[in-house]
Amino acid sequence: MPNRSFFWFFLPAGLAMILFIGLPIISTGIQSFYAQHDQILVEVKKCDPFGCKVSVVVDQEATSKIKDEKPLGKFNGFGTYIDRNHLAVDQVSEFWGESKSIGDFINKVGNLPFYKALVFTLTYCVFVTPCVLLLGFIIALSLNAISRKIRGPLIFGTILPMIVTPLVGSLVLFWMIDAEGIIGANLQMLMNDPYLSLKSSKTLMWITIIIYGVWHHSPFAFVVFYAALQTVPQEPLEASIIDGASRFQRVKHIVLPHIYPVVTFVALISLMDNFRVFEPIIGFSAEGSAQSLSWLIYDNLVNEEVILFGSAAATSIMTIIGISIILAPVLIRTWREFKINR
Amino acid sequence: MKKILIALTFLLFGTYANADCNIKSGSINILANDFPALRTLVETASECKGKADFKVTHSAEHNKIAVPALTANPSEFSVRVAANSSIVPLMNADLIRPMNDLVKKYGKGIQDSQLITIDGKVMAVAFMANTQHLYVRTDVLKENGIAIPKTYEEVVAASEKIRAAGKMKYPYAAAYKAGWNLAEEFVNMYIGHGGEFFKAGSAKPNINNAKGVATLNMLKKLADLSNPDYLTHDSEAIKVEWESGNVAIMTLWASRSGTLLDDDGDAKITAATKLVAPATVGGGNIPAATLWWDGFTLAKNRSDADAEASFRAMAHAASSKEMVAKAADQAVWLVEGFVPGPKSVGVIEAVKMGAKPYPMLPQMGLMHGALGSEIVEFLQGNESAEQALKDVEAAYMTKAKEQGFL
Repeated sequence: MPNRSFFWFFLPAGLAMILFIGLPIISTGIQSFYAQHDQILVEVKKCDPFGCKVSVVVDQEATSKIKDEKPLGKFNGFGTYIDRNHLAVDQVSEFWGESKSIGDFINKVGNLPFYKALVFTLTYCVFVTPCVLLLGFIIALSLNAISRKIRGPLIFGTILPMIVTPLVGSLVLFWMIDAEGIIGANLQMLMNDPYLSLKSSKTLMWITIIIYGVWHHSPFAFVVFYAALQTVPQEPLEASIIDGASRFQRVKHIVLPHIYPVVTFVALISLMDNFRVFEPIIGFSAEGSAQSLSWLIYDNLVNEEVILFGSAAATSIMTIIGISIILAPVLIRTWREFKINR
Repeated sequence: MKKILIALTFLLFGTYANADCNIKSGSINILANDFPALRTLVETASECKGKADFKVTHSAEHNKIAVPALTANPSEFSVRVAANSSIVPLMNADLIRPMNDLVKKYGKGIQDSQLITIDGKVMAVAFMANTQHLYVRTDVLKENGIAIPKTYEEVVAASEKIRAAGKMKYPYAAAYKAGWNLAEEFVNMYIGHGGEFFKAGSAKPNINNAKGVATLNMLKKLADLSNPDYLTHDSEAIKVEWESGNVAIMTLWASRSGTLLDDDGDAKITAATKLVAPATVGGGNIPAATLWWDGFTLAKNRSDADAEASFRAMAHAASSKEMVAKAADQAVWLVEGFVPGPKSVGVIEAVKMGAKPYPMLPQMGLMHGALGSEIVEFLQGNESAEQALKDVEAAYMTKAKEQGFL
């Protein structure tokens, strides 16, 4: 395609991306450098059905004057980024000084909200992504090998987890693992411990969310792998059978190299999706034991009665940076291969 | 016969005509929480809508919608039904209007005690009171020879006895869901211990002390007697536990008693359910509970005509003697003519015992939010009480600094 026609072809999509993705990210970035103005409080008499009391309220006249002058708020620089609820620079260096061992230091840092969320998010990524790739590939291989007659219904059944809305899927599992649900109650009986609860134990809750993540994301990997498998040329496969290659050898030396670019693509998308894990935490009411970066943003925006725009913006920007860092190795590798191929 | 029928229809519609407050124009759009008493109130208000456009949104997620919806200009809603805590963010952001003029002009039936005034300005009109108090199963208590508990220490002892008798595995329940609910339980228990959340005259936190530790220890004791999934249980979930007969003693909102004691569910459990006063704790004499009011506020970013129409419809409901007579079971109404029934026991006892209202302070929402997420690890047994309270204070301070309170 000549560059000129490519430009016109890409223009509408590019404009939409700038308008709906680029500008909001820039605006979020700007917002993250600002904090609210100092609150001007005045003492007044407050009366309600239970009596009167002198206490403080925000002075609206004085506040609105400051707000009109500087609607964005007070410039805070990287203040929000390094405060205790984010990177916690001061706290971390303090812990480093006072901790007796590395374990103690890690424990203390892991207790800070941002690092707590980061640890869960990374754990989720590290476990879910490879499992999804592996499971998706195995399902695709096995479905590709069975009779064409029953393949259709089986494919439909396999992609069901992806069709079910994430929130509904997690709610169903949530009720099953309840202390009185089918899985929860049976586990209590098996372990002979009436106080065993999947929902109150942090480790068990993490495992549950990870299993849910694998269940929910595998169909995506399966669909892409299955499509890729259809393009594997038959001649080399037949040749290798004649040469006496085992099934495993055929997959390793012919199928995998052929679909390798697709594997990279699925790995990229899964990593990005998993880094933004959010729905299962809400679905499982797991806020107590598992918090992800996306959940922190949500918490700052809606869970408080006071909305913390600065905090939410700072966490958003750091999530974007986090995704870029995680994707960097894969992207660099793809870029190198692209250059070699040219 | 025909004449009698016509006369009857006239009589029926006649009563409706009386309720019409002759509103000629404007539009009314209400945002409210979702429980039976509020539905009744809104229905009563709609009786008198006249020619005004009338819309209502009942949502359990009302807190999340309110500030953004009222910030828009013109705002999505003309009326926001709020409570002591949820009115604060509206006032902080200057989103609701004073209604002194409207009260003078159209608020004939409203009693002075219903008015929420800030520095003399009427910011809300309250219509019902609410609190959290104890619910007990009289049959289970009697079977085990236990008197109705008056303190949380007695609640713990009674629950342990019921568990030891092999009657129930998890005899106690309260809404301990991580987040808002759990923080509310802390607020109740801390106030019961006589604690103050902030250092006098400032927004500096003041919970990392002996009272805070005692509060956490009591919450932990109660949690150990609850269903192990307690961190995921909100008011609705523990209501279901109660109706399934799994629980003998429970702390729950007074406003939930209506659906708890209706005809759905096991009649035996319903008959044995008794509403009693909130418990005290740690030898204190005020109950470990907070008093709440529910009232209506008017959006600032809405035309005066809409505000007037909205006020007249809502004032009609907030002063309706028929409504409080008909729905006496649904809430403790603050409206004139309300005769308290057996379901009002909790609130009335709480007021008698000198319960404190939930603190209506601009920075309280930040404290509530910090409590809801930072005390979880203590309950799970992963952290000491002192460390948890230190974390709450640190999390609160950071947020308060960002919001400009410190």
